[in-house]
Amino acid sequence: MSATGVTGLALKNDLRFSGGEIHAARKPETMEGQMRTVLAHPGTVLRFITAGSVDDGKSTLIGRLLHDTKQILEDQLFAVAQASKKRGFAGSDLSLLTDGLEAEREQGITIDVAYRYCATPKRKFIIADTPGHEQYTRNMATGASTADAAVILADATKGLLPQGKRHLYIAHLLGIRDIVVAVNKMDLAGYEQPAFEAVREAFAAFAAPMRIPSLRFVPLSALAGDMVVERGSRMGWYRGPTLLELLEALEPAEAAAARPFRFAVQLVQRAGGERRYLGRVASGTVHVGDAVAVLPSGRHTRVSAIHTHAGQPQDARAGDSVSLALADDIDVSRGDVFAQAAQAPQARHSLQATLVWLAAEPLDPRGRYLLKHTTRTVRAKVSAVNYVMDVNALEPRYGAPALAMNDIGQVSLELAQPVFADAYAADRATGAFILIDAHSHHTVAAGMIR
Amino acid sequence: MRADRSHLDWLESEAIFILREVAGECARPALLFSGGKDSLVLLRLAERAFRPGRFPFPLVHIDTGHNFPEVIAFRDQRAAELGEELIVRSVEDSMARGTVKLRSAEESRNAAQSVTLLEAIEEFGFDAAIGGARRDEEKARAKERVFSFRDAFGQWDPRNQRPELWDLYNPRVGAGEHVRVFPLSNWTELDVWQYIAREKLEVPAIYYAHRRPVVRRNGLLVPVTGLTPPRAGEAVEEVCVRFRTVGDVSCTCPVESVAATPQEVIVETLATRITERGATRMDDQTSESSMERRKREGYF
Repeated sequence: MSATGVTGLALKNDLRFSGGEIHAARKPETMEGQMRTVLAHPGTVLRFITAGSVDDGKSTLIGRLLHDTKQILEDQLFAVAQASKKRGFAGSDLSLLTDGLEAEREQGITIDVAYRYCATPKRKFIIADTPGHEQYTRNMATGASTADAAVILADATKGLLPQGKRHLYIAHLLGIRDIVVAVNKMDLAGYEQPAFEAVREAFAAFAAPMRIPSLRFVPLSALAGDMVVERGSRMGWYRGPTLLELLEALEPAEAAAARPFRFAVQLVQRAGGERRYLGRVASGTVHVGDAVAVLPSGRHTRVSAIHTHAGQPQDARAGDSVSLALADDIDVSRGDVFAQAAQAPQARHSLQATLVWLAAEPLDPRGRYLLKHTTRTVRAKVSAVNYVMDVNALEPRYGAPALAMNDIGQVSLELAQPVFADAYAADRATGAFILIDAHSHHTVAAGMIR
Repeated sequence: MRADRSHLDWLESEAIFILREVAGECARPALLFSGGKDSLVLLRLAERAFRPGRFPFPLVHIDTGHNFPEVIAFRDQRAAELGEELIVRSVEDSMARGTVKLRSAEESRNAAQSVTLLEAIEEFGFDAAIGGARRDEEKARAKERVFSFRDAFGQWDPRNQRPELWDLYNPRVGAGEHVRVFPLSNWTELDVWQYIAREKLEVPAIYYAHRRPVVRRNGLLVPVTGLTPPRAGEAVEEVCVRFRTVGDVSCTCPVESVAATPQEVIVETLATRITERGATRMDDQTSESSMERRKREGYF
């Protein structure tokens, strides 16, 4: 196809990957088979976040993942090459692919979370690409909030650095169960096992008190491609999965479906002589006939029907958008919660929470905030800042008067009306909230209930 | 229901949740509907979110007057089938008012749509405009929020966006401000076609292979129409093509194709080496930041 196609081919040798060694991302002989797979069995979704600094090779790793799964197309390579040339670079700088804003390209830094998409025959990946600078704690928290898994980059020649600790801490704080440490730059460590083991031991020792449910390690070279998508031939001592294989095998949806049932009402609709409650199952599974508590009324009833476009299924699980009908006529409106009757959440008029402060204007102890929790928004004030976490030492600092941008702190909140919440550690969907400045309408903080 | 949800189920469920949040939180929303494939997917998702009820918003089309006639016919047909309100506001009316000034009659009206869109938002007092834009389309869009704030001048400030965590969207606005809402943020071109195939959605015929006179210009196939005549020295050829995006006639180009069904389009999408907008849009190629600049000014 035209000039672009030709230029694209020529460009391949120009990439900052090792000496022109770029595999045909999707081999022609497997193409037909892949198409059949994609058409017949669409895979599940996995959302993951990548954390690491420019020096760790994060952009190269993402570039490698996208390239080796054939997600970078020739006109993008062409545009990156043009932009690199304009900036006087010798080769193509793949970070230009991910840095989408003018200011980012001008300053050569990543400012904001960018979302990337990548699909293999097994699954669709949504990648939150977050900047690794210290001042961008808020961006990592943002990307981590919707992620099922985190890929944290470490440099095989440098081991565990303060920022690696910080990334691990924030990923864990945001409740990510599956954390993969990608021990990168194995090419600079001679592809030797002891270098990998040293990094692994350092991370594992640091992470031990956090009790991360699943902490995995993969030795790789984003630059050369070994153990990212392809195994390569230089790390025969490593028997585990490649990074892509690992990401394809994670099953976070099971954990969400296994928790107690929670459903926040978005809208109420009258249809077919009944009232239907529209919303998405936040956690757990619900069956027709299940006993549920309706909050805040506290009344118990049963689910009489589940409606979807496809008819009336007998059950729905975490993530499903459905309409529910109840056996009894109860006054229900947006913001109410249906919960498994035997394990209903408590009404909370005050909260102990961890806040990540997101806004440039610091927390105002006299300020008026709106707290949005599931589909319920209530007025709130911060009654005490108990301590601020020093994210370098990972130790609490007491006596701070307020929180500033990128601070993580323990606070007490008073609410004008109750919310029906679980601890964030038990349920991310019903343990999370945001604070909105009632005057400016800015989203100023992310909260995780203790 | 099946134990594991496919990625299409997941995307559909997320988009339904987003549409219902708009209905629950916004006083006067609108859904931007052009008759193009992404907005046809949006309509199906709105059916999933609100049927058997009515949509809690009207459909709004910003008409450049330079459309492919098949798409306009399709737009009207679809709105009538759904029985939902369709509001059309036209760039030509903005030109008559003097709020849109073009240098020549042939100049693309694509960027001018922003003016007419903002005028419509002001006329009806919309506080939310739902659009079909996707993050995979363009690098500036990759940084876009699902609920994306616009100030009283309709401007997007990419460096000062509201952080968006979990599924706790913040659509709060003051007088004259609004949010753009993008339920298809996490969809790719391939997802859209897989959904069209699964749902057996009808889309305008120009999305499938057909023979059309074109000229080859800067690596693009430029359709020969009354608005886009061949330039001196250009050879007109008839090529079997389809459109990957459908926008203003003056800036939208087709690609060579033999795909006559959604399945065949999926096969071609898997095999393509060029991005959706890269192959088809003259308006994005002017600079590295042309999309970002248009979006700052209120573009879709």
